Amino acid sequence: MNSLVKNIIRFALFILVQVFVLDKIHLHQMVTPYVYFLFLIWLPFRMGRIQQLLIALVLGLTLDSFRHHPGFHTAACVLLAYIRPFLINLLIPQEGADNNYEEPSFKSMGGVLPYMIFIGVLTFIHHGWLFLLEAWQFGNIWYFLVKTLLSTALSLLLIIITELLFVRQQKFRTNTV
Amino acid sequence: MRNIFLFIRRYITLILFLVLQGFSIYLIVHYSNFHKAVFSNTANQLTGKVNKQFNRVEYYFRLKKTNDSLVTANEKLYNKLKSNFELPDTTVNIRIDSLRTDSLEAYRKYSYYPAKVVYNSVAAQNNFIVLGRGASQNMKEGMGIIDANSGVVGIVTEVSADFSVVMSLLHKDSHISGKLLKGGETGTLSWNGKTPNIISLTGIPKNVKVAVGDTIISSGFSTSIPKGMMIGIVQEVKADKSSGNFIIHFRSAADFYNLEHVFAIDNRQTESIKTILEKARTKNQ
Repeated sequence: MNSLVKNIIRFALFILVQVFVLDKIHLHQMVTPYVYFLFLIWLPFRMGRIQQLLIALVLGLTLDSFRHHPGFHTAACVLLAYIRPFLINLLIPQEGADNNYEEPSFKSMGGVLPYMIFIGVLTFIHHGWLFLLEAWQFGNIWYFLVKTLLSTALSLLLIIITELLFVRQQKFRTNTV
Repeated sequence: MRNIFLFIRRYITLILFLVLQGFSIYLIVHYSNFHKAVFSNTANQLTGKVNKQFNRVEYYFRLKKTNDSLVTANEKLYNKLKSNFELPDTTVNIRIDSLRTDSLEAYRKYSYYPAKVVYNSVAAQNNFIVLGRGASQNMKEGMGIIDANSGVVGIVTEVSADFSVVMSLLHKDSHISGKLLKGGETGTLSWNGKTPNIISLTGIPKNVKVAVGDTIISSGFSTSIPKGMMIGIVQEVKADKSSGNFIIHFRSAADFYNLEHVFAIDNRQTESIKTILEKARTKNQ
C-alpha cells in the first residue's frame, strides 16, 4: 500500500481509538494510557525533521480538539517529534541501517532491546511533558511522578501488545543498486 | 545579514520546535480567548458530529442506568403534583379560570431544555461535556446544566450551531458558589483534579457547624443556576491551616461517570441583570 494512504488510515485509527476507547480508562482515577503517539514513532526514517514537527502539530491539535482545552497534547507531540531523530541516530545499529528499512520496528532497530529503549524513552518524555503541563496549577510533585510512571508503564504495555498484534511487514531494501 | 540567514538555515528545526512549543503553551494559557475565536465553531461542529455517532453506540449500553435515573426524577415530580395535596376544607369554591393562555408565562424566570450528552470526560484535569443541542436550539453561553435529578453539572461555556460545550464541576477553572443547606453559609466550589465525583467547598469559616452528611445546594447568586439545586453531600471536613476556613470535601450529587440526559436552565432575566450591572460599573468608573 502507498505509504501516504497507509499513514492517513493509521492517523484516523489512532485518534479514534485514543478518544473513544483509551480515554475512557482511568485506573484508580489516575492512570490513563496514551497510545496515539505511536503514529509519530512509526513515521518513516527518511522523513524530514521539519515535516515530522508539522505532522506532530497536526496530530496533537486533532486530539486536543476532542478535549476542548487545546495545547497539552500538541506540546507533548511536538516535543516527541523533535527528540525522535536524535534517538534514532543514537540507537540505530550501524551506519546506513536506517536506509535498509522503512520505519522503526523491532527488526529495523536491530533487536528487541534498542527498540524497547526507543519507545520507552519517547513514551516517558511524552507523558512527562503532558502531565507536567497539566499539573502546573495543581503542583503536587509526588502525585505527578507516580502518575507519570504508572501511565508510562501502562502505555508501554499497550504499545507492545499493539506491536505484537499488528506485525508490520517490512521489506529489506538495500541501498546498493 | 548573510550570517543571520546562515544561522536561521542551520537551526531551522530548533527554531521551528521552539515556535511550536511556544504556540502550544500559548494555547494552554490563553485558552479561553483563542478557543472562542477559532475552535468553538469549526472544531466543535466537527468533533461534535463524531462524538454523536459514537454516543449512539455507547448510549445503548447505559440504557438501564439512564432509565433508573429517569424513574427517580419522575417519582420526585409525581410527588409534587397538586393532586397529591388536599387542603383543609375552608375555602371550597371551585372556580373555572376563563383565561385560555397560561397567565403565569409572562412572569416565568427559568425555563428548562432537555439535552443529550454526546461526549463526557472525567479522567483529565480539566473536564468538559459536549451536549447535542446548540445555538439553533436556544442554547446560550452561561446557561446552567443540571442532571435528571437536579444535581448541578456545570455551566455552558461555548455554543456552536448544533452543539454546546459545558465546563463541568470537574474543572479547575470552575468556581460555582455553593451553600450549606443547614446554616446558609456560602463558599466556592473547586476541584483538585484527582478524584472525580469528589469536589471541595472552600470559604466556609471555622465557627460554622458542619457535619458529615450535610447537604450543599446552589446559592443562586449567579444567573446560571437557580437557588436550591442539589450540589452534593459532605464527606469530609478539614481545617485549613493557613486560613480560618474549612476545606469541605463532598460527593457530588450528579454522577459524572453516567451522564446521559441533562437539562439546560435558561434564565430569562440574565439580559436585564447584565445591562443593569454594566450601568453600575460604568457609573463607578
